[in-house]
Parts: sequence; C-alpha cells; structure tokens
Amino acid sequence: MTSIILLSVFGIINLFVGFMKSKKILLPLALLFLVVVFGTNLLSWNNGQTYFNNMLTIDNYAVAFTGIMVLTTLFILPFSQRYIDAEDENLAEYYSILLFSLVGAIMMVAFENMIMLFVGVEILSIAMYVLAGSNKRSLRSNEAALKYFLMGSFFTGVLLFGIVLIYGATGSFNITEISAANVMADGTTNTMFILGLLILIIGISFKISAAPFHFWAPDVYEGTPTLFTTFMATVVKTAGVAAFYKLMHSAFGDSITAWYPTMIAITVLTLVVGNIGAVIQPSVKRMLAYSSISHAGYLLMTIVAFNDLSDNAIFFYSLSYAVASVMSFGVLKLVSDERRDESFAAFNGLGKTNPLLAFVMTVSMFSLAGIPLTAGFFGKLFVFSAVVATGNLMWLVVLAVILAAIGIYYYIKVVIAMYMQPAGENTKVPVSSFATLVLIICTVLTILLGIVPGLVSDIL
Amino acid sequence: MNQIPDIIRQVPLEYYLFFSTALFAIGVIGVLTRRNAIVIFMCVELMLNAVNILLTALSAYRSDPNGQVFVFFIMAVAAAEVCVGLAIIVMIYRNIRSTDVQLLNHLKW
Repeated sequence: MTSIILLSVFGIINLFVGFMKSKKILLPLALLFLVVVFGTNLLSWNNGQTYFNNMLTIDNYAVAFTGIMVLTTLFILPFSQRYIDAEDENLAEYYSILLFSLVGAIMMVAFENMIMLFVGVEILSIAMYVLAGSNKRSLRSNEAALKYFLMGSFFTGVLLFGIVLIYGATGSFNITEISAANVMADGTTNTMFILGLLILIIGISFKISAAPFHFWAPDVYEGTPTLFTTFMATVVKTAGVAAFYKLMHSAFGDSITAWYPTMIAITVLTLVVGNIGAVIQPSVKRMLAYSSISHAGYLLMTIVAFNDLSDNAIFFYSLSYAVASVMSFGVLKLVSDERRDESFAAFNGLGKTNPLLAFVMTVSMFSLAGIPLTAGFFGKLFVFSAVVATGNLMWLVVLAVILAAIGIYYYIKVVIAMYMQPAGENTKVPVSSFATLVLIICTVLTILLGIVPGLVSDIL
Repeated sequence: MNQIPDIIRQVPLEYYLFFSTALFAIGVIGVLTRRNAIVIFMCVELMLNAVNILLTALSAYRSDPNGQVFVFFIMAVAAAEVCVGLAIIVMIYRNIRSTDVQLLNHLKW
C-alpha cells in the first residue's frame, strides 16, 4: 500500500523535475525513487494487511511480485541513457508513466476485489498504449500503438463482460465471497457463471498474450521502442500472470471443473505457438516476442498445476524470466540502436567487438532456454515438478520438455551469430556505465540463482 | 430517486440480459468488420456501455450498490481510454492522412 502511494507521489515529483533544464538528474532520481519503493515494499513482508475496505490485500504473495516488478523496472531504466542525450525526447514523462504504470501492476497482484483488478489492468494498459506510440514519427511505433490500443480496449470490454456475468451469478465482486458463493457446489451447471468465467479467461489471456489471443504480441513488441518492449515483456507479463494465478486459485479454486479443460487447452496452445513461431522469425526482436509467448505458456502451467508447489514455482519462474529478459532485450536495444538492425545478422561478431555484451547475451539465452547453471533451469524444473505432483498431467510435462528442446534451437542461433560469424562491417557498440552495471548485476543474479536456487525458491 | 430501482425492476431481468448481450455482440461484430479506427473505437465503447446497462440492472435487482459503483469506475476508465485513444488516432492521421486500419500493415511476419 505504501508502495502504491509512494509511486504515485514520486511519479508526480518526477514530472515537475522534468521542467528543469538539465536532464542529467532525472535518471538517478528515478532510480532512487524505485530503490525507496523496493525497500518500503519489503517492510510489508509477513505483515499482511487489507486496505480500502477489503479491496486490496498486501500479503506475502503481493509483496514478492511487487518486488520482482520494481526490481525489473529498476534494471530497465538505465537503458534509457540514449534518450537523455536526445534533445527532443520527453524523458521525465516516460519515467513518470513507467512509475504510474507500476501502480497498476501492484494493484493487479494485490487485488481482493474485481474492481481493483479492472482498475489495475487499465492503469497498466493505458500507460502502455502511450509508451508503445512514444516514437511519434515512426510509422512502426504508430502502428504498434494503434494495434495495441484497439485490441487492448476490445479485450478490456470482454474482461468486463466476464466480470459482470460472474457478478450476476454470484452477487459479488469480492474474490473471497465469489469463492464462498460456490455456485458450482451442488453439481448444477450455472450457465451464466461458466460463460462469465470463460469470457474472463479470454480477457486475461489477451493481457498475458496467451494463444489463441497472442496475435497482437509479435507486432506490438516489434513496433514499440525496445526500452518499452522490455517493460511489456517483463513487468506487464509478470503482473498479468500473477493476477491470473491469484484469480484462478482464490476466486475459482472450488469451481475447477468449469475452467480446467479450457486452461489446459490454452496452456498447450501457448506453448506450441510460442515455441514453433519463434523458430521461423528472421528478427531477434520478433523471436524474443514469440519466446515471451512461450514463457507465458510455462507460467500458465503453474495455474494448471494448482497445488502447494505452484506458488513458489510461479514466483521463481517469473523472477528468472524477468531478469533474463531484461538482459536479452537490453543487449538487443544497445546493439540495434548502434547498428540500426534487429535481425540475427546484427549480432554477427559481437563476441569479438563487445565480449561483455556477448557473454551477457549468452547467459540470458541459456537462462531463457533453461540450460543448467542458470536460473532458468531451476525455473523450469520447479514448474515441471509442480505439474508432475498433480499426478495425471505427465503428458503435458513431456510436451513442454520437447518444446523447451525446440526452444534451445532458436536461442542458440543468437549465440552462434555472436561467436561463430565474422564481424564484417559491425563495429564496437558503445555501452554506458549504468547499463554495464545493470547487465553485470543481472548476469550475477542469474548465475547465482542457477547455483543456489534455495535463496528464494521457497519463500512463499 | 428512490423509485429508480423499482422502475428498473418493472422489466424482467432476462430482457436486460438479452438486450445487453445483443448490444455487446453488435460491438464485437463492429470491431471485427469495420476498417475505420474511429468506428472501431465507437464499437468498443458500445461494448462497455452494454456492460454498464447489465451492471445497473443486476445491481437494482439485487439491491446491491456495488454494481453501480463499478459503473462509475468503468465510465472513468473509458474516459481515460478515449483521451489516449483519440491522441493515438490523431498521431497516426498526421503521419498517413487516414484512419483506415488496413493501411497500417508494416508489421507482419
């Protein structure tokens, strides 16, 4: 709760600091704000409370995911260095919008009432519509913003219709009361409830880009400036999946028969579409967009698992995925800004020109692919063991492992381009000291979690 | 003012349900078939208003103010969406002198 208030105030302060002539102070100030929010957020650990007349609950689950999201934003901001040098960029506004959208993300993981879920989703989405179109003169950015906006507001309507039908069936927006109403208990089929539930699942599946509602993701991720694509692929996805998980387990845990087949179908489709789609992409950015769809699939497996292990599995997987994504998108941003190219060829010879960037990219690719000694390996291991523990879903794990093996192919393609291909005309990529620091911290974190996952693997 | 829930209750609940479902479906069909970004946007607003009508009716039938409070949230959020959405459409119109969504096909796989 303190983090929500602090972020709102800090966002406004940031806007006013933007009036000053020098833009140099903006980045350190925004980073300081985020560190303060991260610290105050941790104070709520094991000190759960409800706010706003039982509409928000800050429990350990919310604190853990807020931690991931604030940390990710902290890692993303230093890559905006290039904007500082450009005269006409509205840097203060970008930082403020990012801080405000974090408020929405926190509301999404802490909601106790459907109203808060809806408001959180919208605060996050509307901020992202603006950021997607932040490159005003680029047609690609324009198109990404319009596509994201039209599709996003359409699926917001769908989400709302689902919420309303569930309200009609259960008479409440509170997830505890919806669970207590237990309309499926006596074996009757309540059409309104089931219909509402399915429509609600469609609405949220769009927000986390789960197939078959993923079609917007590759286009929007490609057109959006890479800095904000990173934010979409990490914070927005983490918030969406965490909200989805909480909704399914807290509000609809008792009516599992109504949504279980749908959820399994969505999970399988997302895994297949994400991994197969990524194989044929010519551009690294689109490949990463499809890979983020496939990671949504692995995260959805924790919702399907639905047991004691899945809480920690979704937390660890989100953390490892977010850190690895910051690294991969960060390196992609540095490389594509310099070489004006987002294809695999842009990475040719990076191992010679920038050994550090190449190493960071390799670690992040290994982590995303789930190769041992990186955090991604244990993320996948925990998710798969949670699904195995349900007893009757072995086929899903086998399928996911096969698709993860396919995933190694397209991740390794980047590594091969960096180390095996000649550099040709590609020159050294300049990296700011802030960005270098962040990349090193992320790499250390990924390897550390890959060696001693016990640090955070059972905190929930 | 006190009679408004009673007036709402003079029409059976099913009628509200069918009416708003139909309105919602018209909005969905509009989004899927129209090409002008502004018309698509109007269809999205139609969907949101279908939801508002259903919420009000359900809330009056259950004598539960929560539903009507939610309507205010939806209206506020829809207004915020209009601001951002129209700004995006104006930005695109300045670049391509059109609001036809089919002209925007630069991003494809």
